[in-house]
Parts: sequence; C-alpha cells; structure tokens
Amino acid sequence: MFGKLTLSAIPLDQPIIMGTCIVLILGILAVLALITYKRKWGWLWTEWITTVDHKRIGIMYTLLALVMLLRGFSDAIMMRSQQALASSNGHGFLPPEHYNQVFSAHGTIMIFFMAMPFVVGLMNFVVPLQIGARDVAFPVLNSVSFWLTAAGALLINLSLGIGEFARTGWLAYPPLSELPFSPGVGVDYYLWSLQISGVGTLLSGVNLLTTILKLRAPGMRMSMMPVFTWTALASNMLIVAAFPILTATFAMLLLDRYLGTHFFTNEGGGNPMMYINLIWTWGHPEVYILILPPFGVFSEVIATFSRKPLFGYRSMVVATMVITLLAFTTWLHHFFTMGSGADVNGFFGITTMVIAIPTGVKIFNWLFTMYGGRIRFTSPVLWTIGFMVTFTIGGMTGVLMAVPPADFVLHNSLFLVAHFHNVIIGGVVFGCFAGLTYWFPKAFGFRLHEGLGKAAFWCWLVGFYLAFMPLYILGFMGMTRRMNHYDDPSWLPFLLVAEGGAVLILVGILLQAFQLVWSIKKRHALRAGADPWDGRTLEWSTASPPPPYNFARVPQVEGLDAYWEVKQEVVAASREPYEAIEMPRNSGLGFFVSFFAVIGGFGMIWHIWWMGILALVAFFALIVWSSWDENDEFELSATEVTLFERANPHAA
Amino acid sequence: MMLRSTAVPPLARLTTAMACCGLLSACTEGVLLPKGPVGAQEKQLLLEALIPMLMVITPIIILTLWFAWWFRASNARATYRPRWEYSGAVEFSIWMIPLLVILFLGSLAWTGAHQLDPYQPLASKRKPVVVQVVAMDWRWLFIYPEQGVASVNELAIPVDTPVSFKLTSATVMNSFFIPSLGGQIYAMPGMQTQLQLQASEPGNYRGLSAQFSGDGFSDMHFQVLATDEAGFQSWVQQAKSSATQLDATAYDHLTADHKVGQVAYYFPVSDALFDHAIDHATKRPELTSGVSASNPGTTLLSAGSEH
Repeated sequence: MFGKLTLSAIPLDQPIIMGTCIVLILGILAVLALITYKRKWGWLWTEWITTVDHKRIGIMYTLLALVMLLRGFSDAIMMRSQQALASSNGHGFLPPEHYNQVFSAHGTIMIFFMAMPFVVGLMNFVVPLQIGARDVAFPVLNSVSFWLTAAGALLINLSLGIGEFARTGWLAYPPLSELPFSPGVGVDYYLWSLQISGVGTLLSGVNLLTTILKLRAPGMRMSMMPVFTWTALASNMLIVAAFPILTATFAMLLLDRYLGTHFFTNEGGGNPMMYINLIWTWGHPEVYILILPPFGVFSEVIATFSRKPLFGYRSMVVATMVITLLAFTTWLHHFFTMGSGADVNGFFGITTMVIAIPTGVKIFNWLFTMYGGRIRFTSPVLWTIGFMVTFTIGGMTGVLMAVPPADFVLHNSLFLVAHFHNVIIGGVVFGCFAGLTYWFPKAFGFRLHEGLGKAAFWCWLVGFYLAFMPLYILGFMGMTRRMNHYDDPSWLPFLLVAEGGAVLILVGILLQAFQLVWSIKKRHALRAGADPWDGRTLEWSTASPPPPYNFARVPQVEGLDAYWEVKQEVVAASREPYEAIEMPRNSGLGFFVSFFAVIGGFGMIWHIWWMGILALVAFFALIVWSSWDENDEFELSATEVTLFERANPHAA
Repeated sequence: MMLRSTAVPPLARLTTAMACCGLLSACTEGVLLPKGPVGAQEKQLLLEALIPMLMVITPIIILTLWFAWWFRASNARATYRPRWEYSGAVEFSIWMIPLLVILFLGSLAWTGAHQLDPYQPLASKRKPVVVQVVAMDWRWLFIYPEQGVASVNELAIPVDTPVSFKLTSATVMNSFFIPSLGGQIYAMPGMQTQLQLQASEPGNYRGLSAQFSGDGFSDMHFQVLATDEAGFQSWVQQAKSSATQLDATAYDHLTADHKVGQVAYYFPVSDALFDHAIDHATKRPELTSGVSASNPGTTLLSAGSEH
C-alpha cells in the first residue's frame, strides 16, 4: 500500500535533522496561523496563488530563490564547519552518510532552486516591462512553470525529514547513482524533483523566448532591445536547447533505476561515461543560462548609475550571442581527466578559452561605460564593481583550468570548487542581488534601505574572499573536494579562515533579511516614484508598482534607451482617452498541476505505484482539459484604466 | 638558533622562510612542489598560463577601481561625457586584447595537451615499471604483472624510472591522483585508462582518489614509496614473502568487501587478473553495512535503503 515508505523513513535518531524539521514545521504553522488570523486566505488565493501576472510570478520566483538560498547556505556552513572540525582524522559532527547528503543537497539546491528561480524571476518581472508588453506570451503557462519549479523545491526539501537525499554529488554520476550503489530513495528524490522543475524551466524558456520575439512594443526592433532583454533572449534560447537534454538524461537514469535498463550501469553493456557526456552538454550551457541575465543586470545598472548609455551596445550584443553559440562547444573540459586523448583535450581546451574573448569584451564594455560617467555609488553599483573585480579573477582561474595539463592537477580539487564559486557567487549571486535592489522599487513602490544593503554587500564581498581564496591554495596543496575528514594538519589553518568567511557571509545574509523587514516597516519613508534611479529603459516609464496591464498605452519606441530619450524632450501628455484592455483571467491550473506533480513524484519516489500513477494521470488530464478552456480572458474597461491612471500619475 | 654559523642574518632567513611558508608553499606537498618530471612540466605550464593572465587582469582590476573612483558623481574634476558610447579604436582594442591573449594560451593548451598526454610513454633510458591499478570500495589495488606481486594501498616505485599505469575500477568511478608526481586520470568500471608518472626524488608521497565514490571516499588514500632500485627490489621481495595468493576468486572476495582497507601484499598473483577486473566490474551489495568501517560509531541515515 505504501511502497517503501514506513515510519522508519523519518530519521528520529538524527538530532540535527529532527531539530531542523521541528523548527521548520513550527515556522510553517506560524505562517499559516498568521494568514488565518489575518483572514488573508482569499487574498492569497486570488492575488498570488492563481495569479497569471508576470510581475507577481516573477516576485514569487524570487521569493522561492531567497528561501532556498537560506536552505543552501545552511548546508554550506555545515560543510565548512565539518571540515574545520574534522582535521587530523577527527570525525567532526557529520558522519559521511549525512555529510554526503549535505554537499549533494547544497549543489543541487543552489543551482536548481536558488540561482535558476532567481534569474528566471528577474527575467519574468523585467522583460515584459522592458519591451513594453502587457504580459508574457502565455500567462497561464507562466504560472504552471512557476508552480512546477515550486513543486520540485518542495519535493527536494521533503527529503530532509522523510527518507534521505542523494549522496552522489550534485550531478549524480553513475554508476554511483545507479541502484546497486545508491539503493535508497535519495537519488529518486533528486531525479523526480529535478524532472518536475526542469519541465517548468523549459516551459518558462519557451514562454519568455516567444514574448521577446513576438510581443515587443511597436517600433522596438531587435537592435533597440535593452541589453538585459538581449541576455534574457540568449539565456532562454539556451534553456530551450539544453533542458531537453537534461530531461532525457535523467529519464534514462530513471529507467535504469526503475525498470532495470542498462544505459549507464556497470553491466549489461551500460556505459556510465555517456551520462557524463550528456549531463555536461546540458551542464555547461546551464552555466551561461545562469550568468548571461546577470550580465544584463550589470549592463543596465552601470549605464543607469553612470548616467551614460552603455558603451559598445553592438559589441555587447555580439558578445552575448557568441557566448550563446559557444556555450555548446565546451562541455568536454569537465572531463579532460577521463583519457579522451590529446587532440580532443586540446580542441576543447581551445574552445573553452575562446569563450573568454567575448566575456573579456563585456568586462571592457562595462569599464568604458564608467569612463566619462557620473557614477552614483548606490548598492547595485557596489555589487557591480564587486562583480567586475571578482569575476575577472574567477574567469582567469577558469581559463587556467582550460589548459588540459593544468586541469590534470587541479581537476576535482578545492581549486575547482573555489573557481566555480568565484564565478557563480561573484557573477550570478552578485548580479541577482544587484537586480533585486535595482528593480525592487519598481515591484513594490519603495526602495530597500541603502545603508543596510551596503553593509550586506561588504560582508558578502569580504566573506567571499575569506571563504574561497584559501580554497585555491588548498587545491594547490592537493586537497580534493567532498572530503568528510582528512589527516593533513597543514590544511586546517586555511579551512579555519574559510569558515570565518562563511560566517561573514552569514552576517551579510542576516543583514539582508533585516534590510527587507526594516524597509517594509519604513516603506512610507522609502517611497519611490515611477523612476527612482533616473532610468533609461521602458520599465521606468510606468507606475511603481506597475498596474496589472503594465502600460495603459502601449509605448511607441524609436531607439535605444527608449525612456531616456523621451525624458530629454518635453512631450505634452497624451489627451487621447484610454481604451479597454483584454486581460488574462486568473487560473488555478498551475497550482493544481503542481499539487499532482508533488503527489505523483512522491508516490514514484517511494514506489507507491497507485498514488504515483493516479496523480500523474490527473496531472496530464488537467492540462489536456484546461487546454480547451476558452474563457480565459476578461476586459478591463476604459473607465477602470482611467481611474487607475489618475490615481497613479507617472511620466508616460 | 643554529643559523648563526652562516653569514645570512637571522632576520633575513626568517623573512625568507616566512615568505616560503606563505601563500603558495605553506604546503609540504602539493602540485606546486612536484617531485617528478611530469608534475614539474605541469607546474611549469600552469605558471606559463597564469603569469601572462595575471599581467592582463591586474591592470583591468586597477582600471575598474580607478574609473569607478575618478568618475564618481561628486568629483567635479572628472569630465562628464553623457553621449560617449562608441569609439572604433577602443572597440577594436577590446576585442584584440582578449583575442591575442587567448591565441597565446590556446597554443599553450594545444601543445601542452600533446606534450603531457597521459598515454604518451615517458622518454627514458630505463624500461618502465608497469602497474595495473584497480579502484575498489574504498581502497586501491596495485598489481605488478612483471614482478608477480600485488599490494593494497601501498604503491612502491623506483625513482628515475617511468611508471606506466593501466587503470580500471571494480566499482564506481574514481580518480587516481598523486599530487606530488603529477596529474590524475579516472579509473572507470569496464574501461581502461592509462597514465605515465615518474618520481625523481625518493620519498613518501600521498596518493588519493579525487573523484567522490561513496561513503568511504575520504579514507581512500594510499602511500607512494619512491625509493632507489635496490629499495624497490627489497619491497618486491617483502611482498613476495606474503603468502596470500591473489587469483580471480580471492580478487572477487576482495571487491565484495566494501570497506576502507589496510595495507596488504599478495603473492603469487594470477595472470590476466586485470582483464578479469575490467570484465567483472561489480555491484555494491544492496544491504551494505560496510560503510561503518570508515567511521565507526555512526549509523546509516538511510531508511529507504533498508528495504
């Protein structure tokens, strides 16, 4: 009846896990009680859960990312503490079975449920506003995408209290992830949650790609798109091209584990190397899926706060597109040490380095955007400058590892760990924080407290250097990644410094949490108008927060930096009456399909076949049924639009 | 204290010593202190790539900070150019600079990949020692087909003699890595990879698996004993005095035992055992309790795996 699920699946003998679970459950109950007490269930349902407004969905994506950042960071600081304690073969506080889950969960959650939702959330919120559109191309699908991502996140976090998570590392290399070596439910949690959220990501990619290609405001040619929109276009092209590979690869591993096929096993003609080939043909483009939109954020931020157009717009666009193409040509550098032969290694070493050319061009473009500017040192600018310095170092260590013989000695070492955190924290995370601070007033109508934001930035920056520079040195000393304990006492001082860095980052995160709470409390004092930063692009021409339809009159675009150019001339406000606007209706489809996805995934993970199959059938039935739903729009009358526009005066 | 006998003032010595103990060579071991020609060339190549890149990125970082500071809004002396967004000369240079650097580094990558191809035999007057390596859960088996002996977790090699490794795995993927001697290569089930290394100084070096392979991974390291030829021969004799035979059956027992291992020696060793290892990559038993061997006193967290 309940498959593999018994009461013993709850790790009652693990004080760390049980303590965390109790705190989490109490926290969730408190939130639910608060919602009930404030009678907010109806509001939550109509305004958020069933919303198809891209801005709301973008905000929910970002919120999910922030919550998952806390989860992923808890894993990180546990790992740092374990390695700081487990010197000279001391065993620390995490036995290998637990520690291995912690680092696997850290990587999986940070990439799939922190970085991805953060980037997708920013794109969702900003892109339609930047191109003068009223929503994304498929609003209901957008809600489905978000809820599928949330379903994956829920499922992966269930593994904390029910059963276990994968102990295989974040990419679950076979044969370790095959049934004989990982018989538990950990890898199944990993596979099902990523399959579900992966479908969400793919759908979101299709949606945003269509939006950018088809819904731009009249007059906005491709060559007039803001750079963030360009990077979003590139990122979504990569999503559409790469995520099916991930889904297919995981599907094969699932077949191996559930039906006894032999795609990647040791016996029966399986070849585990094929998995590694496939997973990295997704995995390397994934790196650019994550980093390109933050590149766009930095471009917007640096131009706005330098009060100058971006230097070398065409170079920037060309560089972005070159990176998009080359993203698919470098995956083999993840396994130079698998004996591919000198020609193959040499070839992929060179293709990897070639990507550094357009990336270097971008760095120079930002540099020359500052040249001749009038830079205001707001916190988004601090994140940007922190990024430019940090990312340059991370890029250099990356190119270093593209030299195959250098990779032979650095592969899988802490040098590698330091490198990818150097580019992901210094690039993606800093970029997302810059974007969050930059567009926050647009989303909510008030700014985040600047002083706290700057303090958080300095903690993150210094904390990052303390946490990861020692790891570069440890890599040179021959320390490999994923070690639970070690017997070389000379590593300890460096690991202690790294632990200190992690604590400093923790202080940064606490400051950010406090910043959010404080800013909400002081929102009247921090009130921002439509255009608080003196922005250049269309999102700043509508009210903050924007009305559900974004633009009462669809803007007419005549060039780059559309809104900046409009601001330079005095244009008499249009006296034309507003027209009625067709709006998409709210839809519970996303919430319901993701409900069934969680139930179905949970059933499959625990081999509760009836539950898994029924829920997955319901999932498909619901999607098919709602595809024939014609009644999905309503009309917002001209009077309602006029009323809103009078109440919220803004520039356009 | 004892430094007084030399002409170098103690303070200078201390400073030098501290500099040496500083950033990069705080390590007593590692890839920056190679003890063999392969590692030395890899280190050389690493520095040849690193130094020119540092020469490019240092000015970029300085320029970033300088531009940001000089063009701050409050600096009245900086010229504001609100429409300066294009310059052909600058655009040309910002494409050319990275292009030239990459041209240089790309050639380094190509030649390096060929010079240091781990499959390429090392140039030497001496005949290479052949060692067949099998990665197990969670220890290393070294078979010396020419000497007819085998050992677990102890790799003896003669100095100044090339060592030709052939590797496979009896279990999941591992990566065979001796940081002091040079780069690593994966050991993979059902497949064979190759690696050539050579020690130029006698000593004990650390060897390990660099690819995560399960619960006993952190203890999956081995000692490398690099000695002179006589030392190597006496090690072989010592191994031969072990009366434990290693044939296919004994090998299968060894791989079925999923735990961290102690040093052990085997003699005689059956022929074609390495081929047997490639053909019989094993499964880990489903109800494994071997994990506790690596870390006594801990329990299996997994509840799901017990069914």
